[in-house]
Amino acid sequence: MDQFLQILINGIQLGSVYVLIALGYTMVYGVLRLINFAHSDVFMVGSFVGFYACGWLKVSAQKTVFAGLVQLLPVLFIAMAACVLLGLLIERFAYRPLRRAPRLTALITAIGVSLFIEGAAQLPFVFGVNPKFYPEILPSGPDSTIQAGGITISKHQLVMVVVSAILVAVLWYIVQKTKMGKAMRAVSHDFDAAGLMGIPTDNVIAFTFSIGAALAAAGGVLFGGLTFKSLLPLMGVQMGLKAFVAAVVGGIGSIPGAMLGGLLMGISESFIKGAPHIKFGTTDFDPSRWTDAVAFLILILVLLIRPAGLLGKNTPEKV
Amino acid sequence: MNNTVRVGWMSALAVATLVSIGVGGCKAPKDGGAAGETSTKATQNLDVKTIKVGEFSSMTGETATFGQESDAGIQYALAEINAAGGIEVGGKKYPVTVELQDDQSKAEEAKTVAVKFASDADIVAVLGEVASSRSKTAAPEYQRAGIPMISPSSTNPDVTKVGDYIFRVCFIDPFQGYIMAKFAKDELKLTNVAVLRDPSQDYSVGLADAFIKEFTGMGGKIATDVSYKASDSDFRSQLGQVKNANADGVFIPGYYGEVGTIARQAREIGIKAPLMGGDGWDSSELVKGAGGPGGALEGSYFSTHYSASETSKRVQDFVAAYKKAKGTEPAALVAQGYDAMMILADAIKRAGSFERAKVRQALAETKNYDAVTGRITLDENRNANKSGVVVQIKGDKFVYTKTIEPKQ
Repeated sequence: MDQFLQILINGIQLGSVYVLIALGYTMVYGVLRLINFAHSDVFMVGSFVGFYACGWLKVSAQKTVFAGLVQLLPVLFIAMAACVLLGLLIERFAYRPLRRAPRLTALITAIGVSLFIEGAAQLPFVFGVNPKFYPEILPSGPDSTIQAGGITISKHQLVMVVVSAILVAVLWYIVQKTKMGKAMRAVSHDFDAAGLMGIPTDNVIAFTFSIGAALAAAGGVLFGGLTFKSLLPLMGVQMGLKAFVAAVVGGIGSIPGAMLGGLLMGISESFIKGAPHIKFGTTDFDPSRWTDAVAFLILILVLLIRPAGLLGKNTPEKV
Repeated sequence: MNNTVRVGWMSALAVATLVSIGVGGCKAPKDGGAAGETSTKATQNLDVKTIKVGEFSSMTGETATFGQESDAGIQYALAEINAAGGIEVGGKKYPVTVELQDDQSKAEEAKTVAVKFASDADIVAVLGEVASSRSKTAAPEYQRAGIPMISPSSTNPDVTKVGDYIFRVCFIDPFQGYIMAKFAKDELKLTNVAVLRDPSQDYSVGLADAFIKEFTGMGGKIATDVSYKASDSDFRSQLGQVKNANADGVFIPGYYGEVGTIARQAREIGIKAPLMGGDGWDSSELVKGAGGPGGALEGSYFSTHYSASETSKRVQDFVAAYKKAKGTEPAALVAQGYDAMMILADAIKRAGSFERAKVRQALAETKNYDAVTGRITLDENRNANKSGVVVQIKGDKFVYTKTIEPKQ
């Protein structure tokens, strides 16, 4: 039972990063019907900007979690601001000129933008290809964990989940309670009609891109700063792929769907990794080798049973 | 057309595209040129003023320190050879040049470089790679073209099985697994060890299997054997299994890029057992990823090819000379790069020719060469038969602990 809870907690932490990235995919899809492949690279750029921000702000090891959080916030803010700028640039120069072009054109462009950012990031004068490690933003190590029965929760995990939850709450508020959110929902509902009603669709789309980019950047900083993972220019590919699958599983275009899908992906991944070997006679099956396969298996099953995703709307196209 | 159908179809297309981008390069080549395949051998230009050697190395990317350290050793050897006027061939001294190509720590790039080198008529031999997967991917090209390739430090047995032109100057994983198993059993007195492996790396799988075979053969027990992916960020679920299995040691045959992350998460969830690894840990960046000196890897052990703190005269002379020239202590990969270049130079001299086939023959006959990393004899499988060392991580230093001799 302890182990079950432990794996569940690990899964929620992993899922929280997927959620942050998946939201960006799903929101852009919602307003533009475009899968923004460059999104995973915005996540990577966010992580790197956060790393450099740690250098500029002289982040150092702290004794308490509170002091660590005080350091984390400006880093998060800088990374999010930089990525909002990047998101707006991508939207303005890559997608806006193709607004009336066939959907496939925009999709191929998105892949192009993604490859461009990945290639540019590997240049020695941009980020370079050597792995980088965040300095210690929050105190880490065995002393900064919470023990509850047989469960160990690192404060890093806790901070990740809480910060993600706050960001998602802010997003929910923006989408449901503000005028801009209302406009977003209107554009998502019917792009042309929204334009006819006087909604500045271009601004709404730009705003959607910037929110998505900010969330991805936050995900990048949390990922880089709190999982001890090395930063590489191609780190976005793996995370982006999983988050994209999460968005599709949840129902692309649906914000609650992205959250559900992200958590589902994180938790299922965690359980597969933590599953013990299965032995059939002499064959020894190690489930932890099949984490990615299971992610795609879930995708296939969901698409077979509910083609629009778990929470997606099944709307027939009106002719 | 129903809108939902289109969504599903487009997502499937998109996923397929991404998957093909993401994993396209991981496939191991199945077309390894068999020994004796002579019909496609490239022609060589023998009318040259310098001896040209190709080097493919991971100067950047995930395992960048491997390539950089290996290259430092090769360059140091090159300077020494050229300071003496070059290599004597047929009564005349020829200077040596090394053309370095970066493979960005990617197997597909190593292949691209190999195709390029294979079509270069001036190249006599090729040095590289450190990581086994990349050596193995590039080797068939050199075998096909008939260019001798010497890997300074790829330890997976399959690398030299590609063909008779592929050599290495280091020991192979079955022996490395034996080193760590013996050390764990005899020195650390461990009985129940957990193994964490990365199934996408030939090196990791080969070493994990070798360790398990040797350790269980000595009467030890494997607590659990779990897999991870180097690009993952969360290893806690696998580590949870290790903890629940009550392992008294953890063997992680991975590369330095992910080992630090794994070690930190292991310590956080309360695994206090000693951590052990192989030569994939041997990097100046290793400790950085584990939270700095005194961090999660403090006191851990790994097996490697040589240690700068070994007491033998050959090693100490090399360390002193290198320190004087470069100001830093030579890491194991530096010593191996140096040995690879020196053994090649020795072979060209003995062959008395630049001709690739003759150089290959001379390489195969290398016997009792007094290298920095040990006395090297290349056996019939073109592998070096020599001893290995175990080092312990203390601060940011790797301290020599024990030498393990080859099995008789």
